[in-house]
Amino acid sequence: MQKEEIQNEPGFMTQRVNRLGFLKYSGAAIATTGFLLAGVGCKKDDDNTPVTTKVDLGTGDIGVLNYAYALEQLEAAFYTQVIATPFTGITASESAILIDIHKHELIHRDFLKAALGTSAIIGLTPKFTAIDFTNRASVLGTAKAFEDLGVSAYNGAGKLITDANYLLLAGKIVSVEARHAAAIRDLINPNSADFAGDDVVLGLGLDIARTPAEVLAIAGAYITNTLDASRLPTS
Amino acid sequence: MNIFKIIDQLGNLGTSASDTQAKSRRDSLFGFENIGNVIGKFAAPAAVLAAVPTASFARTAETVVEVLNFALTLEYLESSFYNQGVSSGVIPSADIAVFNQIKKHEADHVSFLKNTINSLGGTPVASPVFDFTAGGAFNPFGSYGDFLALAQGFEDTGVRAYKGQAGNLMSNNEVLTAALQIHSVEARHASQVRRLRNKNGFDPDAKAWITGNSRGSMPAATQAIYDGATSEANTTQGGVNIATISSLPVGSIQEAFDEPLTKAEVLAIAGLFIV
Repeated sequence: MQKEEIQNEPGFMTQRVNRLGFLKYSGAAIATTGFLLAGVGCKKDDDNTPVTTKVDLGTGDIGVLNYAYALEQLEAAFYTQVIATPFTGITASESAILIDIHKHELIHRDFLKAALGTSAIIGLTPKFTAIDFTNRASVLGTAKAFEDLGVSAYNGAGKLITDANYLLLAGKIVSVEARHAAAIRDLINPNSADFAGDDVVLGLGLDIARTPAEVLAIAGAYITNTLDASRLPTS
Repeated sequence: MNIFKIIDQLGNLGTSASDTQAKSRRDSLFGFENIGNVIGKFAAPAAVLAAVPTASFARTAETVVEVLNFALTLEYLESSFYNQGVSSGVIPSADIAVFNQIKKHEADHVSFLKNTINSLGGTPVASPVFDFTAGGAFNPFGSYGDFLALAQGFEDTGVRAYKGQAGNLMSNNEVLTAALQIHSVEARHASQVRRLRNKNGFDPDAKAWITGNSRGSMPAATQAIYDGATSEANTTQGGVNIATISSLPVGSIQEAFDEPLTKAEVLAIAGLFIV
């Protein structure tokens, strides 16, 4: 089946992962850090068993990190396309910002994959048909949506994490996503209040927080795979 | 005005007590390796310690109310800074919308934290009295460059401060989530202020994100904002040196993760502006 062929291939979103480096890291980390998530999950990274259409994010902290990994895959794939096919009329300063963000998202994605080890979900296949990559408004509008979504996702996921080290890690990533969101918003509407606009920072001065179900309902439109978040913690 | 000129001028001034103190403060500004000296020498950090429950220093685990009062002290500082900045006329009209928004958020954070502390049965600390010249070392309400430099310093510090306390809020999901929601707002502010420093020509290399532990064109005295027990130059996350799994530049790896500051590190920074 076409669907199986797609899903048994290394995902588009993870093509840039240096697998040799990853394997080298895995062994070292198990021996030295005790931080690796290896051995907890139920799925081998490289097995070729048929993949169902649903991607199970898993349970507990592993599940939450897989949820983050899924979102970082989406962002990384999006910016990979943005950089590969710059929109018409892109300026040098816009390009510099987007290139930086692309690298950050690749790093987030590759770090989470490495940290999850054999518990990591598969490489997902994006669905960007609704995005016109030649059009500035389409690209920046999507970037804004993805960054704001990422911020709200991490903000909502913090309370689901039980290990303080993972919570800190999520905190280290979410503020960078918020920096991205503000920068993209300022490209769209420079020097306005939009960098932290009233549409995302609500009346109490609080950024939006979303549950995984709310986030995946939005992100799902951009991912071919169906993500199963039903086993994630809820509090 | 070039902020370094202020330092030079301070160095060339006579040795009146206030000038000496101003320069000493500036020299030790954010130099948290000298926390003991700073606390011993100046009333300002002592005021911070009074504003925040001192028992917290002797404990490894902070109570939720203690953390919120610590956050409230920082929000008082930011709110007072932007209130004065917006009123002073130092901000060009092209940038005023940005700072009206930031000012609104910081006031909201003060209200939210006070209400939350009350709802938890705690007592919100009173606002300290602030001196944003740090004893004459800065001129933020007369020099836009100084204003932006302090704004960047406060926002980047705020992001790192909230991050450092998240683990102490895990016992209360509602408060933890709210703290994270404030944390990302501070990061949006930091991003915008950093880019305004670039756009206004104060730092042509300033980006929305922090590269390594570089303070860019910020005064040398601000270096502690980017250092700390876990420096912004850190490339190891969760025991993984990301440079070994990614072929991307080290600078990008450093930018991709913001790092925490400890409470003591934050208080050493904030204390210079409290009288």
